[in-house]
Amino acid sequence: MTREYVYKRFERFWHWMQALLIIFLGFTGFEIHGSIHFFGFEQAVKLHNVAAIAFLVLIIFAVFWHITTGEWRQYLPTRKNLRAQMEYYIFGIFRNAPHPTKKTVLSKLNPLQKIVYAGLKVIVIPLMVMSGLVYMFYRYPQRYEVISLNIAGLKVVATLHTLGAFLLVCFFIAHLYLITTGTTITSNLKAMLTGYEDLPDDESEKSNSLMMEQL
Amino acid sequence: MKKTIISIGFGVLVLSLLTMLTLTDHGTATTPLMKLHTKYRQKVTPSVDHTQFTQLKKHFSKPQDVTSACISCHNERHTEVMQSSHWNWERQEYVEGKGIRTLGKKNILNNFCIGISGNEQSCNKCHIGYGWGDKSFDFKNSLNVDCLACHDNSNTYIKAVGGAGMPDASVDLANVARHVGKPMRTNCGTCHFYGGGGNNVKHGDLEKALFDPSRDVDVHMASDGEDMQCVDCHTARKHQMLGKMYSVSSMNRNRVECEQCHTAMPHADDILNKHTLKVACQTCHIPEYAKVNPTKLYWDWTTAGKLKDGKPYEETDSTGTDVYMSIKGSFRWGKNLKPDYIWFNGTASHYLIGDTLDPSVPVKINTLYGSYDDPDSKIVPVKIHRAKQIYDTQYHYLIQPKTFSTKAGDGGYWKEFNWNRAAQEGMKQINLPYSDNYGFVETEMTWPINHMVSPKNKTVPCAECHTRNNGRIASLTGFYIPGRDYTSWVEYLGSGFILLTLAGVFIHGGMRIASFRKQKENNA
Repeated sequence: MTREYVYKRFERFWHWMQALLIIFLGFTGFEIHGSIHFFGFEQAVKLHNVAAIAFLVLIIFAVFWHITTGEWRQYLPTRKNLRAQMEYYIFGIFRNAPHPTKKTVLSKLNPLQKIVYAGLKVIVIPLMVMSGLVYMFYRYPQRYEVISLNIAGLKVVATLHTLGAFLLVCFFIAHLYLITTGTTITSNLKAMLTGYEDLPDDESEKSNSLMMEQL
Repeated sequence: MKKTIISIGFGVLVLSLLTMLTLTDHGTATTPLMKLHTKYRQKVTPSVDHTQFTQLKKHFSKPQDVTSACISCHNERHTEVMQSSHWNWERQEYVEGKGIRTLGKKNILNNFCIGISGNEQSCNKCHIGYGWGDKSFDFKNSLNVDCLACHDNSNTYIKAVGGAGMPDASVDLANVARHVGKPMRTNCGTCHFYGGGGNNVKHGDLEKALFDPSRDVDVHMASDGEDMQCVDCHTARKHQMLGKMYSVSSMNRNRVECEQCHTAMPHADDILNKHTLKVACQTCHIPEYAKVNPTKLYWDWTTAGKLKDGKPYEETDSTGTDVYMSIKGSFRWGKNLKPDYIWFNGTASHYLIGDTLDPSVPVKINTLYGSYDDPDSKIVPVKIHRAKQIYDTQYHYLIQPKTFSTKAGDGGYWKEFNWNRAAQEGMKQINLPYSDNYGFVETEMTWPINHMVSPKNKTVPCAECHTRNNGRIASLTGFYIPGRDYTSWVEYLGSGFILLTLAGVFIHGGMRIASFRKQKENNA
C-alpha cells in the first residue's frame, strides 16, 4: 500500500461544488415540479435559476480542466474487466474478494464507473443543461421585444428535464452507497476529501505515476 | 484536508451570496412607475371658468336650452358626440360567422334586464340624450344631446327615473351648466356602476365603491392615492372614448390596455415579463373582484311574478341584498370573488336577435374567442353571469319581453305580471313573430374583469396557478405549466427507478453486512 495523491485540488473542489449544486438543484427543482414544498414556488424558481447559472460556470471550468489535464480519458468506456467488475459487485464483495480493477492515479475508475460517469457526462448532464437552457429562455409567442424560441409549449422540454432529474436522484442514491465499497467503508470518502488514498502497490503503475509527477 | 474544507466553505459562501443578491429587493432609482405616480398626481386646473360666461348666467327652463348654450361656444362638438356609441348605442362590428353587423345596446339582448326595446322609458335614463322614450327618438336632433350627464362637475346632476333620459325635476340646470368640466368618476359611475338595474349588478368590477375607493380596492382610482379618473385611461379623441365592453362589441380594436402607460414589459423580473406574452396584466393584478359590494352571479326569471296580497314584493338577505323581487325573479350574488379565467384574443361573437338556440344547453349570449395555440390570445379574468330567461319554445329564439310599463294595459310585466302579454308586446318592438308559447332557457354571459386592480403586494402569488391541485387556472388545460402539470409516464418511471435503486442499495448493503458478520464469526 502506498499513499497516493489521487484527486487534485480542483478536482475535489469541482466534485464537491457539483455535489452541492446538484443536491440544491434537485431540491428546488422538485419543488418547482410540485413534488415537495419548502421554499415556496416563487423562491424555488429564483434559487433554481441562480444555482443553474452557478452550475454552468462550474461546468465550463470542469470541461476546461478535463481537456487541459487529459483527465477526460479516465471516462472512456472500456469492456476490459467489465465482467469481472460486475461479478465482483454481485459475488466477490460478499466474500471479501479483492477489487478486480486496481485503482491507480492514471486509472481511477473501474469499468462500471467509466460507463456510468461517461453516461452522466455525455447524456444526462448535457440533457439537463440543454433542456434547462430552453426552459430558462423559453419565450412564446414572438411579441414585444421578446425573441421567441419558436417552441409552442413546454411539455417536451419539461418532460425531458424531469426525466433527467429522476435519473440524477437514482445516481445520487447509488453513488452514496457505492462510496462505502472502497478498501474500507470510508476510504473513498476520505480520498475525495483529502485527495490522498492508499492504493495497492504495483511497480509499473507506480513508475507511471512518478512519470506523471515529473511531467 | 484543510484546503478542501476551505474551498468547500468558499463555494458555500459564493452560493449564499448569489442567493442573497437574487432574493433581495433592490432598486431605488426612478422607476417608470414612479414617473407615472408623479404624472397622475398632478391635477390640472381648467383653462376657463364656466361660472364667468354670460351665456350661462341665466335661467334654463329645459335641458335642451343648456345644450344650445354649450353649442353656441363649443360648435361642432355635438356632431362628434352624435357619432359616438354613447349616443348611438350601436356601432359597426365584424362578428365572426355573421359578417358586419350594427351592434349595441340598441339591439343586443343580455341576461340581466334582457333588452331596451319597449323599455326605453326606463333603460334609457342612462342614454346621453333627452327623451329617447321609444323608437321614434330623433338621433339627428343635436339639441337632444345631454352634455351635462358627462360634464357636470357640481355633482348635482341626476336623471329622472323612468324619464327617458330627461334630468330629474330637482336639478338646477343653470348651476350645473356653470359647473362643467372634464368627466369625473361620478359622471361615468352614475350609469356604468349601476348597469343591470342596481349597483355592481353587471360588471362586478365597476361599482359605487369606486366613487371613493381605498388603494386595496383600486390602486389607480384610490382617493388617497393617484385618484385617477375613468378618462385618464379611457381617453377620448373627438368624443370617441377608448374602450368598450365585450357584452356589446366583438372586434379587437379600440381597447384600453394597461400597456398604454405601463409598457409591455413593466416588471424588473424577466420571468414575469415573459408571462405577459400569454397572461394579461389583469390576471395577476386583479386577485378578486366585487371587493366591497356583491355582484350578481345568477338571475332566475322563472320565479318572478309571485305576489303577496296581489302586490309585488321583495326579499333581502341578512346583508340587505335583494334575493327575490316579484318583478325580476330570484338572484344569487357573490362578493370577494376569484375570477374565472379564459383564453381571449380580443374577438367575440354574440347571440343576436332572432338567432336560433338549442334549449338543451345554456345559450351563450356572448362568446369570447381564444386558445393557447392562438398567438394573440392571453389568459384573462372574467365574471360569468348565468340566468334563466324567457324564450319562444316554438321559434326557438330569445324573447324580448316588455318589462317596464308606462301606461295601464301596455303589457309591461312589472305591472301586469303576465309573461305572455310581455312577450307579445316586446316582440312587436323588435319586429319578430311570437308563437304565444314561451319557456325559460339557461343563458350565460362573459364579462372580462379589468378594474379593481390591487396594490403590488396583493398580486396573485405564483403558486396560485403553479400548483398541482385547484389552481386558479386549473380549468385551462392542453398546455404545460410548471408546478401544475407533469408527464405521468415520467413520474411512474422515475419513481420506479428511485424505488429500485433504493431497494438495490438496501438489499446489497444488507447482504454485505450479513456476510461481514459471518466472516467475523468464522474468523473468531
